[in-house]
Amino acid sequence: MQRRASARTASILLGIALASLCFGCSWVLGDTPMSTVHPTTPEGRLIQSIYAEITWIVLAIFIVVEGLLLYAILRFRQKPGDAGVPDQVHGNTVLEVGWTIIPVLIVMAIAVPTLRGTCALQQPPAADALTVNVNGKQWWWEFEYPDYGIVTADELHLPTGRVANLMLRSDNVIHSFWVPRLMGKRDLVPSRGQRLWFTPEQPGWYVGQCAEMCGASHAFMGIRVKVDTPEEFAAWIESQKAPAKTAMTDPGFMAFMQAGCIACHAINFAGSPARQRVGPNLTHIGSHATLAAARFEMTPENLARWLRNPPAEKPGSLMPNLNLKDEQIAMLVSYLQNLK
Amino acid sequence: MAAHATTGPVTHEHEAAHPPTSMGLPHIKLGFWTFLGSDCLFFGSLIATYMAYRGHSLTGPFSHTSWTAPDGHVVPHILNVPVTSISAFVLLVSSFAMVMALNGFQTNNRGRARLWLFLTAIFGLTFLGFQSYEFTEFYLNGLSLQQNLFGSCFFVLTGFHGTHVAFGVLWLLTLFVADLRKPIPPSKAVNVETCGLYWHFVDIVWIVIFAFVYLIPVTEKGGF
Amino acid sequence: MATAAPLPQVEPAYSGSGVWSWLTTVDHKRIGILYGVTAFSFFLVGGLEALAIRAQLMRPEQHFVIGAAFNGLFTMHATTMIFLAIMPLGAAFFNYMIPLMIGARDVAFPRLNAFSYWVFLSGALLMNSFFVVGAFDAAPGWLSQIPNTGWFGYAPLTERQFSPNLAVDYWMIGLQILGVSSLAAGFNFIVTILNMRAPGMTMMRLPVFVWMTLVVQFLVVFAFPMITVGLILLTFDRFFGTNFYISGNGGDPLLWQHLFWLFGHPEVYILILPAMGIVSEVLPTFARKPLFGAPFVIFSGIVIGLLGFGVWSHHMFTTGLGPVADSAFAVTTMLIAIPTAVKIFNWIATLWGGQIVLKSPMYFALGFVALFIIGGLSGVMHASPPVDLHHQDSYFVVAHIHYVLFGGSIFGLFAGIYYWFPKMSGRMLDDGLGKLHFWLMFLAMNVTFFPMHFLGVDGMPRRIFTYYSSDGWDTWNLVASLGAFALGASMLIFLFNFFRALRSGAPAGNDPWDAATLEWATTSPPPLHDFDKIPVVTSSRPFWDAKYGGHGAPKAKQEAVGGHAAADHVVLPNPTIWPLVTALGILIFWTSFMLPDGPVFVVTGFGVLVLLFGLFSWLFEPLE
Repeated sequence: MQRRASARTASILLGIALASLCFGCSWVLGDTPMSTVHPTTPEGRLIQSIYAEITWIVLAIFIVVEGLLLYAILRFRQKPGDAGVPDQVHGNTVLEVGWTIIPVLIVMAIAVPTLRGTCALQQPPAADALTVNVNGKQWWWEFEYPDYGIVTADELHLPTGRVANLMLRSDNVIHSFWVPRLMGKRDLVPSRGQRLWFTPEQPGWYVGQCAEMCGASHAFMGIRVKVDTPEEFAAWIESQKAPAKTAMTDPGFMAFMQAGCIACHAINFAGSPARQRVGPNLTHIGSHATLAAARFEMTPENLARWLRNPPAEKPGSLMPNLNLKDEQIAMLVSYLQNLK
Repeated sequence: MAAHATTGPVTHEHEAAHPPTSMGLPHIKLGFWTFLGSDCLFFGSLIATYMAYRGHSLTGPFSHTSWTAPDGHVVPHILNVPVTSISAFVLLVSSFAMVMALNGFQTNNRGRARLWLFLTAIFGLTFLGFQSYEFTEFYLNGLSLQQNLFGSCFFVLTGFHGTHVAFGVLWLLTLFVADLRKPIPPSKAVNVETCGLYWHFVDIVWIVIFAFVYLIPVTEKGGF
Repeated sequence: MATAAPLPQVEPAYSGSGVWSWLTTVDHKRIGILYGVTAFSFFLVGGLEALAIRAQLMRPEQHFVIGAAFNGLFTMHATTMIFLAIMPLGAAFFNYMIPLMIGARDVAFPRLNAFSYWVFLSGALLMNSFFVVGAFDAAPGWLSQIPNTGWFGYAPLTERQFSPNLAVDYWMIGLQILGVSSLAAGFNFIVTILNMRAPGMTMMRLPVFVWMTLVVQFLVVFAFPMITVGLILLTFDRFFGTNFYISGNGGDPLLWQHLFWLFGHPEVYILILPAMGIVSEVLPTFARKPLFGAPFVIFSGIVIGLLGFGVWSHHMFTTGLGPVADSAFAVTTMLIAIPTAVKIFNWIATLWGGQIVLKSPMYFALGFVALFIIGGLSGVMHASPPVDLHHQDSYFVVAHIHYVLFGGSIFGLFAGIYYWFPKMSGRMLDDGLGKLHFWLMFLAMNVTFFPMHFLGVDGMPRRIFTYYSSDGWDTWNLVASLGAFALGASMLIFLFNFFRALRSGAPAGNDPWDAATLEWATTSPPPLHDFDKIPVVTSSRPFWDAKYGGHGAPKAKQEAVGGHAAADHVVLPNPTIWPLVTALGILIFWTSFMLPDGPVFVVTGFGVLVLLFGLFSWLFEPLE
């Protein structure tokens, strides 16, 4: 009688916990931009399948073991009238063997898909992959397309249907490239190049972030990936290869030089003195959707805000406060917005 | 040797106050073996670092091959195995001296104890003298701590070993002076034995370092 | 327990209470109290650091504390909790209880024991002194020099080039000093447990808490050398211009990661095994039956310790070690789940068929089991490298570590506090307040950390000081922050209970819980010499057997534990100041590294002199 009461109480409590869990999970496994359970690539789906398998097993273990614990606590409470001591049982070898073997079997069940997946995800990518060099900086991302001679920043464009082979490099500290809806993450370790590859399938914008603590503005090292159809991608490549619509005599460019920007930034056009790669390449900055590693949406107001005082917007920013006057800022904003 | 927790006089009262040890070993000996186990991992990590970085130096001087410096002069391989073999031998002999010293303490032979203890320290100092000479030579030939990975790994590894030797010499001389002031009786010989354990350990570590660093040649690829 | 036999004459008979008596103590009980008070104070400091973090993250785009200062908060929160709270709280119990549980009068090296504490204190103070020094800084102020490269201090962020000021040095040097303390204590407790057991106490009759402590000490002495070397190489990089971790001259930042995690993974077992040991004592006491499968629980602990050295690169699954290394470490990591599961099943079986007495210590022990199951299971999930490609560096891992370290270690340590407070103080904590503390802490803990699983699945990375509303993480961050403040409040209940009980708690008597192990066979608190008679042990439950005969029938008159001849004359070690002086020398030596240009070597030399002076005075002073 008491056993049934305890069993009932335990099951009710566990049921409540489980229901909350499921409700919470379904509510929460929603559509966040960086959700890890909405993969859009075959590689992401492989990870997802392993994750799902393991999650079900873990959930089952949770129910059984916590249930046993709860039941034991409720059923074997000391009651008024309990005299003396309970049976002084020391152990049971059969049980020990049993509950050693069962975890071994469970581990094997988890290990098999794990090992298969680990190896599958690290096979070298197809020979016709699109190679992009991803250079991690403090605190932004440089993207270089060696096949096309393009250097850009903050926005990574990729075509659907073609393996994207990202070569991850850093010449400063360790970073980590993570765009969850596309793929798992991989670290950028100075001293060794790494690769991360996946095959985008769905066009659209994807959100990511640096996932290895890299200093003061680690929180502001965002990634934006635009997956294009092959036609859109080809058009984008062409537009990126084109030189900037500007010249040395352009008053905007002269303001650019006067402010000292060419010390760090490049703008590509014939005879351009702006060639440095310390900061992002600004040749087509006007066509970017975001600014300063996705710190802001690209709007004139945000661009002005950034130029006014970069370290105030991104702690530790290597781009200093240049103490620009309002007229300079206005000039630069309109100039840069036109570099599409 | 009586198995006591401490090494005080063996009286009934004392025994009752200090129960015998569970493992039959004096505390100091058991504790010191544990320390040596830990120190093995310390040196193991330093040696592993050295092994990981073999062949990775971007510039010379190198351990086993010659190198042409930027100004054109050629630096031959920096390690001098014959000379270092002598210093290794000196350290080995010092371990023998330590054994003799311990025997002297255990048999209450003052002369033997003091002479061989002192000789152990002298041999240790000789080894350190060789190390100083070697380090200076290397430095004058362009191998500094910062020069390349070989320099960094070599000096840190052998430097910490040398520090261990120096500490051992200090320990030996402390025992020597303590014995001069008040002879260490056989019942307290375990303290000398512990110093001996340390000394033999430091010697063995040197054998390992000598083998890994000096004797195993490194094939160059442009580094190490 | 004292019987009609005459009390022994104890020498020295002092039991001073002034400051000097505490500075010179070599008594394991006092040293245990010193560790406990210091550790709990730092636990509260680490908790405040956590509350500051959660306040900042409560809503999106706040500017309460940002950038390097925020990085400093999570660095110090983790470093403080791991090295200055959980480890020394464990040490408090090792110090106080181990000699009592094995029937000894002190540890093997009492002065080395005191030395361990003073070195711990100096390392803790040095590491936290940035608060004071930063206040005199020109720029940001009291957080300007806070160590801010993570408790794991990955190179090359920790190199001079990327961290030019002294922040990293406080952390690096403080940690090095703390390592000395832990190593010394490791040697001490290994010898104590192996060599000072009461007659008849074979290894398999040792209480499980003592066994877990033994495994922990072996982990300490074999794991700490790796981080010692790692820190030495970093010190050389930062102070002497080497390039061990800088790729520019051929170095490899991953060398740091390997050395750190070779230490770091055994470290987490160092953090959890003591709590598992405590729970293995509390559960049988309050279930009123023996620990089920004690030899298996012991053996599992040993296997966990051994396997713990073989899993370190599961912290490096995203660094591209290659499929072979990844697979090998995935397998070893999953294997560790097996002895862990064996322990959990044995704990549940201990409860099964018992007469469970639900008092405060038992609440915390049961809470430990329930919460550790969750933490262990989430760990199994990211033992799989493909899954870890998402979990690594996300809030999912934050959830995991807090379930095992808070739900596990902290709940287990609180079980120990509630269980052993009567023994250490002679008074009882209020049971009702204890249960209130438990429920608030248990619920708040789940409210704080369970949603972090969701945040991880939703893609929130770790160690970020803010996020945007568009990321979709607002709700769970708010919930977690509210939970964290409730967690802080629960500590106030405990503190109130603690101080009130010290002043006016009910007298505890020798054995308030009807327990089985030797510490309950002496007075509460024990006398200076611990036991009037060293007991002779004939089972793994010596005190239980003295109270109860076959089939659990209580004996008419409780027997003395064993019949060893009473010692007429107990000689205890003399109090001494030299361990403290030696520790001071170490502190001065290392602090010299931190000084700006000037007569730095003078200070270094002075530190060495103080060290040698203290050391030689110590060595040439008779122990007793």
